[in-house]
Amino acid sequence: MYRLLNIELYKLKHSRSSKMLIITYFVLLTSIALIASIKFDIGPVKFHLAEMGIFNFPYIWHFNSYFAAIFKLFLAIVIVSMMSNEYSNKTLKQNLIDGLSKKEFILSKFYTVIVLSVVSTLFLFVVSLILGLIFSSYTELNIIFSDLEYLLAFFVKLVGFFSFCLFLGVLVKRSAFALGFLFVWQFLEGVIFGVLKWYTNAETKAFVMQLLPLNAMSNLIKQPFSRLSAVQTVANQVGENFNFDYAVHWYEILIVIGWTALFIFLSYLLLKKRDL
Amino acid sequence: MDSILTITNLTKKFGYLTAVNDLSFTINKGNVYGILGPNGSGKSTTLGIVLNVVNKTSGDFKWFDGKTTTHDALKKVGAIIERPNFYPYMTAVQNLKLVCKIKEVDFSKIEEKLEIVGLLERKDSKFSTYSLGMKQRLAIASALLNDPEILILDEPTNGLDPQGIHQIREIIKQIASQGTTILLASHLLDEVEKVCSHVVVLRKGVKLYSGRVDEMISSNGFFELKCNNNEELVKILESIPVFGNIKVKNQLVTAFLNEPLKSDTLNKLLFEKGIVLTHLVQRKESLEEQFLTLTNNK
Repeated sequence: MYRLLNIELYKLKHSRSSKMLIITYFVLLTSIALIASIKFDIGPVKFHLAEMGIFNFPYIWHFNSYFAAIFKLFLAIVIVSMMSNEYSNKTLKQNLIDGLSKKEFILSKFYTVIVLSVVSTLFLFVVSLILGLIFSSYTELNIIFSDLEYLLAFFVKLVGFFSFCLFLGVLVKRSAFALGFLFVWQFLEGVIFGVLKWYTNAETKAFVMQLLPLNAMSNLIKQPFSRLSAVQTVANQVGENFNFDYAVHWYEILIVIGWTALFIFLSYLLLKKRDL
Repeated sequence: MDSILTITNLTKKFGYLTAVNDLSFTINKGNVYGILGPNGSGKSTTLGIVLNVVNKTSGDFKWFDGKTTTHDALKKVGAIIERPNFYPYMTAVQNLKLVCKIKEVDFSKIEEKLEIVGLLERKDSKFSTYSLGMKQRLAIASALLNDPEILILDEPTNGLDPQGIHQIREIIKQIASQGTTILLASHLLDEVEKVCSHVVVLRKGVKLYSGRVDEMISSNGFFELKCNNNEELVKILESIPVFGNIKVKNQLVTAFLNEPLKSDTLNKLLFEKGIVLTHLVQRKESLEEQFLTLTNNK
């Protein structure tokens, strides 16, 4: 396992564009901290976002993992191109001739996906922890370390999404087309959503939608806004009552893990069946 | 003799097209093999199958004693097929280090192998800046990194200029002289003739011949003769039973032997019959002639 990871990271290390994208990604992750500096000071109205409670433990875990997940697109480009470039440079062929098996080849990519996801999650953990310690109103240990399942969801979400990208890279063999396919797929899920809304009842719709890969991934971490106490106060005043399920459910995690396994297995199957 | 690669009844179909048809042959240690065949005869497909990049339709092949998996066996093989494939953004040394990681050998041989192919001075240049000849030489260096049991080369001089072709051939000869088994696929006959001791001839995926180069056609060679009276010469030659086919072209008489005959014996015989030769050459068919005979006959 170490050998395979070593091989793949070596390839990434020497590719300048991949390196730039990875660095950009982590810089953007850190930029979540910049939200703290959003501050309006217009006469009597004082607005400081960091003091609205978004960095309160344990809410910060939810808020930050929701936002950080947006930046995953940068890593998606890296992952799609690290797969499709092997086709366009024909280095995949050379790797196999040099003695890498097709299984090892896919595994080396998958391990890299895992490592990038682990590092992202740890990075998010540290950034959120620091932000929280500075701005949170509660700093008791048991509050700080509650609701950490959002980080687990973040990790599973990244692994799932990147595995999908990996599969598209193998399937389409061209990075631009693979990314295009990703958007087409997103659109397709939207169409399915529309069709289900028209022709079936809400229960069937919810059941099918939670199974579709991209939707299942975004389902893992739900929008955190309506959970903010400030927002809820406003909502209560206008007579709206939110009753939203924010929790990360085990079956949602299971669905995404299922897709991850399927994508990796399909990538392997495709590679095995193809003549290069 | 240790066998390195055994191929039995290998078949590959691309849809309706049968690229390799029921092919069997064995590669033994220490020989230099050529796979000969016109374009599209299944050479590259055969190599692709044994190198794990093309899936076979039926049949079997085994590396060494057949106990190791193909990808493990390939770590003891050095191979270049068609174009050299490396990561364009890495330098020569970085690319070779990656190959070392895949083959699980240490980095110590990199400089030595770059020296063999004459790329030591450019070792820190990016692969994308290399000329085709240099890329091909880097590919050879990469194939040699693990001191392979067998070196497989598919059209190694394809697309190179004469100087590049010469450099590659010199390198191949040098490697062959060190006792490395080589399998060379080519449609260039003189290339195979110059370096190979054994040959497998393919046409449309079917094996026409496999064995030693000099035994490819059971032939005793032929004489090329000239004298001042060709008609008389032909008449006398026809009366000698060891000669088979006799052809006259541009004043040159070509007489094919059915049995061995030495040139001095023939010269003496003709002189005794009153024929004085102005030209006498005894030759064997070149590989090209043998190849054409083989591929046309069947």
